[in-house]
Amino acid sequence: MSGKELRCYEDLPPSPVTHDSSLVFKTGSWRTMRPVISKEKCKLCGFCWKFCPDVSIFEDSEGYPAVDYDYCKGCGICANECPFDAITMLEEDAI
Amino acid sequence: MKLVLSGNEAAAYGAMLARAEVISAYPITPQTKIVEKIADLIADGRFKTEFIKVESEHSAMAACISASLVGARTFTATSSQGLLLMHEMLHWASGSRTPVVMVNINRAVAPPWSVWADQTDSIAQRDTGWIQYYCESCQEVVDTIMQAYRVCEDPRVLLPAMLSEDAFFLSHTSEIVDLPPQEELDAFLGTYEPDVRLDIDNPRSFGSLSMPHQWYPEFRYKIQEGMEHAVEAIERVDREYGSLFGRSYGGLLDLYRCEDADTVIVAAGSMCSTIRAAIEELRSEGVKVGMARIRVFRPFPTEAFRALAKDVRSLVVLDRSFSMGSEGAFFSEVKAALYPLSDRPDVRGFAVGIGGRDITIETIRSIITDSLRPDTGITAQKWVGLRRCEE
Repeated sequence: MSGKELRCYEDLPPSPVTHDSSLVFKTGSWRTMRPVISKEKCKLCGFCWKFCPDVSIFEDSEGYPAVDYDYCKGCGICANECPFDAITMLEEDAI
Repeated sequence: MKLVLSGNEAAAYGAMLARAEVISAYPITPQTKIVEKIADLIADGRFKTEFIKVESEHSAMAACISASLVGARTFTATSSQGLLLMHEMLHWASGSRTPVVMVNINRAVAPPWSVWADQTDSIAQRDTGWIQYYCESCQEVVDTIMQAYRVCEDPRVLLPAMLSEDAFFLSHTSEIVDLPPQEELDAFLGTYEPDVRLDIDNPRSFGSLSMPHQWYPEFRYKIQEGMEHAVEAIERVDREYGSLFGRSYGGLLDLYRCEDADTVIVAAGSMCSTIRAAIEELRSEGVKVGMARIRVFRPFPTEAFRALAKDVRSLVVLDRSFSMGSEGAFFSEVKAALYPLSDRPDVRGFAVGIGGRDITIETIRSIITDSLRPDTGITAQKWVGLRRCEE
């Protein structure tokens, strides 16, 4: 819930359907490890895009995969699945 | 229009007459005929609806919730094991405030396998936030489906409802059912127009998280408020339906010959017709007995029971289900409702008809005879008709 405009019980609608979409609610702050993609090693196979469970891999302007850090939870599946070791998981605190 | 319909067929006609826009259901004995009849009505071009085939009851309920969230009037039907498989989604339906209407055929829960009448399946869903109706006749099935949509779609209620009918005694027994004219039902029901709905042109989130300090308890209390409003809505809609179509059912608690009764039998479902016949016999013998039929179990008819209790000496509560380690839910809840009264009637409980075992007029008579015995000290619920050695 966003809590937006809601001050008390009486302000709540009956349904917990929220007034905004997930475009507004960013969930990437949960992440402790951050995937970083090396364009030198990447062969554009698309495995990371295919395996990401949170639809957080997109194509950048050069056609390479990139991570949407607003939603990436840092699960590491992309790094695990990459056949070319092109994705490294780095600690958020170290960045 | 009058037709000869089984309880299952009545459910299918009810969905059609209510103009359910989306139906998703998975067949299970003894409910299968509901799904078959709906398919027939669709194939004959008489019922315009979207039927979504699914792989399980869990998915059927998920489909109904989703369709309801975009603003469709939805219907489903299940029974026993299927209802149990739906259990998680039942909470999602009430929590999402989706007015899904479902017919459940009350069938015993395995093991051992039994497809016969027993109310454990629906009683086990009592804490899911669903309104629960129990029907006594095929006619009441059609009429209650209409009433349930009106109640559930009331903006002050916005909750799902399940209507239960006893396996075979109702689901597979045919009787004359009077179907009101479609245009009059359309006027009675109107269309479902929720204030909040999912819409791809105006995206919203559904299924989001609420931290303990945010709104979780508040949303849950809203469900309870919906249930409290449902008490009034169920009574009002039943009265209005009666004035329009000539049939009403006593709202939450259907009283029969209670005016001067010393003893009142409390029960639900198809056994109530047998109880009516038993009451006629007992009355002719001078026993002042009546019946309070639990037509609605959730919300519980607490006030109706308190009003009834003022004038009766004893209540005899019959449960066609049992909570292992405790007692039948009706027995517990009737006693709980009466607890605040200073002058309470004697309340005795009997578990009867478990797993579809026949309940005859003689069964009811023996229960009444048993409960009329003074000062037996009975407080625990008795299981009626167990096949013990000495018997």
